[in-house]
Amino acid sequence: MSTRPVHLAPEDHGTAREHGSRRRYRIGVALAILLTVIPFWLVMSGALPNAAVTAAIIFALALVQIVVHVVSFLHLDTQSEGGWTLLAFLFTAVIVVLTIGGSVWVMYHLNTNMMPMPDSAPSTMR
Amino acid sequence: MTHRTTAAPGAAITWHHLDADDHDHDHGGGATVLGFWIYLMSDALIFASLFAMFGVVSTSYAGGPVPRQIFDLPLVALNTALLLASSITFGQAMPHMEAGRIGPTRLWLAVTGVLGAAFVGVELYEFSHLIAEGAGPQRSAFLSAFFTLVGTHGAHVTVGLIWVVTMLVQIGQHGLTGEIRRRVVCLSMFWHFLDIIWIGVFNFVYLYGVIR
Repeated sequence: MSTRPVHLAPEDHGTAREHGSRRRYRIGVALAILLTVIPFWLVMSGALPNAAVTAAIIFALALVQIVVHVVSFLHLDTQSEGGWTLLAFLFTAVIVVLTIGGSVWVMYHLNTNMMPMPDSAPSTMR
Repeated sequence: MTHRTTAAPGAAITWHHLDADDHDHDHGGGATVLGFWIYLMSDALIFASLFAMFGVVSTSYAGGPVPRQIFDLPLVALNTALLLASSITFGQAMPHMEAGRIGPTRLWLAVTGVLGAAFVGVELYEFSHLIAEGAGPQRSAFLSAFFTLVGTHGAHVTVGLIWVVTMLVQIGQHGLTGEIRRRVVCLSMFWHFLDIIWIGVFNFVYLYGVIR
């Protein structure tokens, strides 16, 4: 525990951190391009005949791409700002999932159980 | 142990790699960056409610046009490429800014701004085309939600463009001082954030709309 390594430590730490950050950025760029091209290709070429399977794949890829962008472009990790950015992000993610998932789920069942669907409305009335 | 404890405060002061070069002046960037992060998270909640609204009414066509008829996927692909490219070019500017190289920083920022302006231009073209076809926001709940969601994102990108131009001017006037760096860091977070929102838009609104 001499003073010298203590003095040097922050710079070493900074360089390693910086190097890791650049590498993470390059990997992020490659993944982001790949994860953008695949869903467009799937839908525009109609490679899969089943629309439900295509939808499931593009939704899964979208979630992966969001995580890739947050980690490599927004530099979210467990250390930055003493973990507060991660905590705020996780809290937001929970609220976002509840808001979107909850709304779509509840309103879908409300539609099927209580009202005629908009498309079938004229035939029901007739 | 001493390694950890000495490194930790430095790492906690500013956002990602700014801390490595910035120990010569303390400009309180940490609080600003964390605060800006909290703002981005609250902005994400605005978009979440708009996505939820779109999800609920996305099949309420009111006898009007359906996504398959009105969405031009090659145009959406072009827009997606423009925004992703602008996010990448912004990432190119950051190492130059950290090294204090004013010229390349401004160049990459300007490229980012041009790509962002092209994105907004294509989106405005798409909107005017839809409205001219009779697929304006008043046509159906689906189109109201579409214009609100995509329009809110476009408005954010437009504000980002104003911010990019402001930073280009301020870097020219003041150089890369601590305050200017802090502002560019916040702008880069804002810009990457808008690209993340666009991931949701092109997958859930356009691609899923066309195949359902």
